[in-house]
Amino acid sequence: MERSGRQRASRRNFLAGVAGAGALAALSPASRALAGELGGTGALGLAEIPDGTLAEAVMYALPGKVPLIKKTYRPPNFETPVEYFRTPITPNKAFFVRYHLAGIPQPIKAADWNLAVNGDAAGGAAKFTLAQLKKEFKQVELTAVCQCSGNRRGLFEPHVPGVEWGVGAMGNAVWRGVRLKDVLAKVGVKPGALEVVLDGADTAPLAKTPDFVKSLPVDVAMGEDVLIAFDMNGQPLPHWNGFPARLIVPGWTGTYWIKQLASVRVSSTPEKNFWMSTAYRQPRGLFKTPTFSSQLYSPNEPITAMVVNSLITSLRSGQKIPRGKPLEVRGLAWDRGNGIAKVEVSADAGASWAQAKLGKDLGKYSFREFSLSVPTREDGGRVVMARATSSSGETQVEQLVHNPAGYHHNVIQRIYVEVV
Amino acid sequence: MRTMIAAIALLASAGVCAQETKVMLKDGPGRDKAMQCAACHSLDYIQMNSRFLDKGGWTASVNKMINAFGAPIPKEDVDAIAGYLAQNYGKPPAK
Repeated sequence: MERSGRQRASRRNFLAGVAGAGALAALSPASRALAGELGGTGALGLAEIPDGTLAEAVMYALPGKVPLIKKTYRPPNFETPVEYFRTPITPNKAFFVRYHLAGIPQPIKAADWNLAVNGDAAGGAAKFTLAQLKKEFKQVELTAVCQCSGNRRGLFEPHVPGVEWGVGAMGNAVWRGVRLKDVLAKVGVKPGALEVVLDGADTAPLAKTPDFVKSLPVDVAMGEDVLIAFDMNGQPLPHWNGFPARLIVPGWTGTYWIKQLASVRVSSTPEKNFWMSTAYRQPRGLFKTPTFSSQLYSPNEPITAMVVNSLITSLRSGQKIPRGKPLEVRGLAWDRGNGIAKVEVSADAGASWAQAKLGKDLGKYSFREFSLSVPTREDGGRVVMARATSSSGETQVEQLVHNPAGYHHNVIQRIYVEVV
Repeated sequence: MRTMIAAIALLASAGVCAQETKVMLKDGPGRDKAMQCAACHSLDYIQMNSRFLDKGGWTASVNKMINAFGAPIPKEDVDAIAGYLAQNYGKPPAK
């Protein structure tokens, strides 16, 4: 039964791939050359993003960035093309851009920036300049994936409204900064502390629009790996990624990684603004991710950490592979910090699986490369799949776990290639 | 027309980049009212979210903008905006 279900799914995806190829053929040759970069997902063996999204997408370079897939101009939402995921570290210039509110700050001078730390459950109040942060606290470096909660939202069937991301609302970087817990310890944290509330320098376009403010459970905020980062891949953060300083919450989705961090407030009560109480929520218990226990005052719960996932970056649906030449299946796998235990690859639509070779371990929060060479002895179509499993035993899903906001899409890719 | 002028004035004050001005909404009844959306975000949000919402879905989106985000859209415009969006950016009728 399960087997035939899989075969049906493969056939469906194959047909979807063919339909996608037809749509591409209708484009001009120049557009066609760019089609992969424009964020279509059919060629990646995944459900296609909405046709309106594809029609609206253009490649556009924000100042200091390479051309990225434009989702929206204001506020700026730009996706990283797949080609930049062929290395485990995502270049700063290609790192995705995501803002919620149109009042995004003008480039801030590092010397003008400071961070306010206070709150009813803080021992006191203080302000730190960037120079103070760098000098007064131990600097730490770690590699971590920043992935938007809604990465792959565009692939939801049925579609759900929001920013219709393809696969590139994510990136992996080496972040350098100071520990949030060290900064909080300097000010003091009272025993009644419940949440740490974070605000960036972005602002709402209207007085009535809720400012983008997020909170973390105090024990998460006080974790070893939560950083106030100022460097990314050995360079100052790009403006579009939070210069001069942003929060790094390894394992948790990008919504908590506040850019242009302006204030940190230690609170004895749950933060109940729109962005905590209404947005970024998922049906309670639907995913086996950490629970945000002080935010369970409604039928749903906040999204917290990422689910295990992978992306094949070396193949596209419809690609022809000369018989005798091996099928090179390469890509990236990641999870919320349990670490990747294995990535299995199938070249026969899931009938059999072989373990891929894992690349260098850059840390438990990092992208992990995988690769497997599959011999091609016979002509014909092949459905190639990759399935990552974390060290906690969590694995990618065969069928989408649908949810209204379009979070945690980690459905196994099914790429159709033809051996000729 | 008055709302159209208001929307254009808002566009001018909202720090709109040159590329954004190339984003055009399709012609049709209700387009001028839908232009009010540009007060807070570029109009590419509309095309991006097409074509999969029916009129009910677009009404929910417009109401979210008013109720959650404080968009200054008169209640009496909601139906015309949702109708325009459903007509031009809505789910195609089932065959």
